[in-house]
Amino acid sequence: MSSIVLIPLLPFLAFLIAGLFGRWLKERAHWVAVPAVGLSWVLSIAAFLEVAGGAPIHVTLYRWIGSGSLNVNISLYVDQLTAVMLLLVTTVSTLVHLYTVGYLHGDKGYARFFAYIALFTFSMLMLVMADNFLQLYVFWEAVGLCSYLLIAHWYERKSACNAATKAFVVNRIGDFGFGLGILLAFVTFGSLDYQTAFSAAPGHVGQAINLLAWAGGDWSVDVITLIALLLFVGAVGKSAQLPLHTWLPDAMEGPTPISALIHAATMVTAGVFLVARLNPIFNLSPVAMDVVAWTGAVTAIFAATIALTQNDIKRVVAYSTVSQLGYMMMACGVGAYAAGIFHLLTHGAFKALLFLGCGSVIHALSGEQDLRRMGGLKSAMPITYWTFLAGAIALSGIPPFAGFFSKDEILWQAFSAGGAGVALWGIGLVTAFLTAFYSFRLVFSIFHGRSRVSKEAAHHLHESPAVITIPLMVLAFLSLTAGWVGIPAEGLNAISPFLAPVLAAHEAAAPAEDHAMEYVLMLVSVAAAAGGIALAYLFYVRSPGLPARVAASAAGLYRLSFNKWYVDELYDAIIVRPTVALARGLWRGVDVLIIDGAVNGVGRVTQAWGAALRVMQSGQLQHYALFMALGAVLMVGLYLLG
Amino acid sequence: MTEAGAPLLSLVVFLPLAGALAALALRSADAARWLALGTTLATLAASLPLWTGFDRGTHAFQFIEEYDWIPTFNIHYAVGVDGISLLLVLLTTCLSPIVVLCSWHAIDKRVKEFMMAVLLMETAMLGVFVALDFVLFYVFWEAMLIPMYLIIGVWGGPNRIYAAIKFFLYTLVGSLLLLVAMIALYVAGGHTFSIPDLMGQSYPAVFQFWVFLAFFLAFAVKVPMFPFHTWLPDAHVEAPTAGSVILASVLLKMGGYGFIRFCLPMLPEASALFTPLILALSVVGIIYGAYMALAQTDLKKLIAYSSVSHMGFVTLGIFVFTVQGIEGAMLQMINHGITTGALFLCVGLVYDRTHSRQIADYGGLAKTMPIFATMLVIFSLSSLGLPGTNSFVGEFLVLLGAFIARPAYAVVASLGVILAAVYMLWMVQRVVFGEANPKNGRHPDLNLRELATVVPLVLAVFWIGIYPGPLLDVLHVSVNHLIEQTQGNGGALAALSWSEIWGFVRSAFLS
Repeated sequence: MSSIVLIPLLPFLAFLIAGLFGRWLKERAHWVAVPAVGLSWVLSIAAFLEVAGGAPIHVTLYRWIGSGSLNVNISLYVDQLTAVMLLLVTTVSTLVHLYTVGYLHGDKGYARFFAYIALFTFSMLMLVMADNFLQLYVFWEAVGLCSYLLIAHWYERKSACNAATKAFVVNRIGDFGFGLGILLAFVTFGSLDYQTAFSAAPGHVGQAINLLAWAGGDWSVDVITLIALLLFVGAVGKSAQLPLHTWLPDAMEGPTPISALIHAATMVTAGVFLVARLNPIFNLSPVAMDVVAWTGAVTAIFAATIALTQNDIKRVVAYSTVSQLGYMMMACGVGAYAAGIFHLLTHGAFKALLFLGCGSVIHALSGEQDLRRMGGLKSAMPITYWTFLAGAIALSGIPPFAGFFSKDEILWQAFSAGGAGVALWGIGLVTAFLTAFYSFRLVFSIFHGRSRVSKEAAHHLHESPAVITIPLMVLAFLSLTAGWVGIPAEGLNAISPFLAPVLAAHEAAAPAEDHAMEYVLMLVSVAAAAGGIALAYLFYVRSPGLPARVAASAAGLYRLSFNKWYVDELYDAIIVRPTVALARGLWRGVDVLIIDGAVNGVGRVTQAWGAALRVMQSGQLQHYALFMALGAVLMVGLYLLG
Repeated sequence: MTEAGAPLLSLVVFLPLAGALAALALRSADAARWLALGTTLATLAASLPLWTGFDRGTHAFQFIEEYDWIPTFNIHYAVGVDGISLLLVLLTTCLSPIVVLCSWHAIDKRVKEFMMAVLLMETAMLGVFVALDFVLFYVFWEAMLIPMYLIIGVWGGPNRIYAAIKFFLYTLVGSLLLLVAMIALYVAGGHTFSIPDLMGQSYPAVFQFWVFLAFFLAFAVKVPMFPFHTWLPDAHVEAPTAGSVILASVLLKMGGYGFIRFCLPMLPEASALFTPLILALSVVGIIYGAYMALAQTDLKKLIAYSSVSHMGFVTLGIFVFTVQGIEGAMLQMINHGITTGALFLCVGLVYDRTHSRQIADYGGLAKTMPIFATMLVIFSLSSLGLPGTNSFVGEFLVLLGAFIARPAYAVVASLGVILAAVYMLWMVQRVVFGEANPKNGRHPDLNLRELATVVPLVLAVFWIGIYPGPLLDVLHVSVNHLIEQTQGNGGALAALSWSEIWGFVRSAFLS
């Protein structure tokens, strides 16, 4: 069997060992997990090179479910798309494993944490290596489980538990659609294997199904569109797109390493991966493509407006993640899948970096996360500062850092899609401006200016140990260089041609060969980013009183942003509380009152009858004679009347 | 029909009875415990050759034994298994030792009598699954009632008498109708009680209607289907742990088994006629049960209502008449037996320590009892149908089977999967996570005996979740044959219509 089996297997073994023997391993748990994931990284590079030089690798492990015409295997499938995902997952995972050694040093859940991130790494690898819808779904939920368990790592904290449950349930809502999409795909295509489904899909274009058939109504919908949209609901949940984005910011209750690994670089990008992986289906439905693009665009700008005003540094980065995922979705929606995946990769590097940088700061400040109690950390934490700065530049989209190339590719592809694409480009451009602003708001508030650190925290202030700073430096290097595989010039763009066999560009998105226009747009977006940075400099370095004055003069807008557009409050009022109230009402009203009332009522009536009839059994002959006489009269009377 | 050398099935069925009789001679409680454990383990061992020797290539009943019993009425002692009953037999023999183990110290009065009741229960349940003669089936079916009534009524909680009587009456009503239906089939089927013979015939449509109605009430109470479910929460809450496990794991399967064994093959037209009603009750049960679970403050009630929700998937799968639906329903029955049984075990484990079932009295068990907490989380995840655990395979197959035949029902049923996550995780959060609840102080984590009750179930959860192939292989041929029967016996499905029934009712009663 090919060595690619070991890529997911090693982390899985690490999970079993750390999970079962964690009580004895304790602080030595990383001896198992780090080498396992590291080796998995080496093997991923080998797999990448193998795929780069030839055909996809396909290993079928065993038949999982067979029933009737349903046949689902557990398989490992590595093509170009999977290969780059393998690299991303194992690279970030290895670095995060290392980082955790320092970050969670002394935590009582140390071994448990390593068990869970190893399990996560296994699940994520199996997710990207799936060759069928159901395996994708299985590991899709499995990474969700790991996310749940890791958000609840500090389970004594009620907020952490609430966040974990919320994450799982919101994802379940998304998976409700995803699951129905899989069922409809099976019924339509006759198989859950990607390749069979993809080759069958074009034959179903134009086929409609009646959604109201069960009620005798008529509401015909294009079946391919419906499949694509249902599958996309799952992607919306996992990638925290509107309206299912609310779980991701709350998920920051988990330890920072998992915010970097799961809630920035890998798991949350699974939704984008799904759309890209299933592109032969999405491409067949212009409606679904538009929905994907607009969901992405609206999410991108929506989340960016929230990131502007948050004070918890991890929440700023979390909303930024939601926003950047929106970019990736937008790219997929305009058919520029390669650009979406490209951004997914560079984002994986610089966003993991930003989270780990936040973690380094939080670690140094003994758990402080509020940027109003930071400032001036630059001199005390130089490595964290410089690496964080690299991440912020990359996120803002300043050349030659990674984010610039991938984000620009998306904006250009949106623009050249024409029509509504120009509007998408406009939204993307405004978002880019906002992104640069909030990124540098973070940089300036944390590292520059006067220190607002509490005395206690300042006393312990220190640069993080090497085991934390080395991953930061590696990621900073990647944040600088990872974009260079996609330089938009003849012969220099390596990523799009590499992915082309899987992500053959959607026809509508084949960009016009208009490099002049492309360079003009590039300048515009760099200018927007630079403007954002300049404004942040003005607000947070030059005149620190300004933000408060601006907030006061636009109080309504500020509150809207600060309170996250009140979406959580809205959901609480229209979904959460009514659900619980309905449950209690149904129980008291229907179960206890009506059904049990009826059951007990039958019992009581029977008892009452028994009691009444018992009176007749008096044992006195004259009573019995009376009853007989009355009965005889009754019968005769009935006979005569009848 | 295949012949078996040794009377294997009779051995499996009557070993527990023999153990119960042997227990009569015992004096000490410990001796009774060990005898019960030994007997259930021996029964389990005796049932293993059924698994290894089972021919997966035929739908015919296997390990058949047949003797005359009451020749005047053509009643036989006849037993045998096909793929459908085999899995339920094994579920019963696997769970019985666990039931004994979990009562080891929890039952401290009248231990001997309790163990006898458990053993009698096992014989009766196994008998129901293997009986191939209707009278024999009915005898076992009724025999289940008595030990269960005693287990709840003698060893139960403070409100045990109410619960026991409610349980008894609910199921007795069903049983009486079952008896009537059985006699009607005997008359219509040419004076035979042989279940295979009765399956091989077709009956007039209106006759099917009445028999189905009787069957339906008998089985719907057992499942239990909405709105015949209110005995279940009371019975569970008052029953001792062992009683809850038997109820959830095996007793509830009687209803589903009855639908599959009798209604579908013998009454295909009536089954088709009742399908819309049963499917509607199933999805209402799925959603309604989930909502009920959401509202509960008592752990056992929460799990009891989740059973109503989960068993809705069973009846949904059965009545969509697709391979995936019925195989999924079978798996769902096995899985529900494992997972819900395990959840009741878990409640029993903490109840033994704290004597409370109120969710509000718990919290922070992850800190004070980490091994227990891990087990509870695993079973909760299984209960909410997480992929990789057993329940996912069953629920997915049911939903797929339903989606193929009746997509609208599958869509509504899928909502139950969201709600399952809500009520289970909310429970986990309040019981396992958070700060340790001072009300409960510190309690020791699970000991070896307790681990022996839950660890086998953990293994089963993952085995079926990851590699369900062996179970499905046992089912394929039997289920395919069943589907042929439902479509073959009376020609096309749904030859019977409600207007025809209405016409008949009018002519019978109103003229």
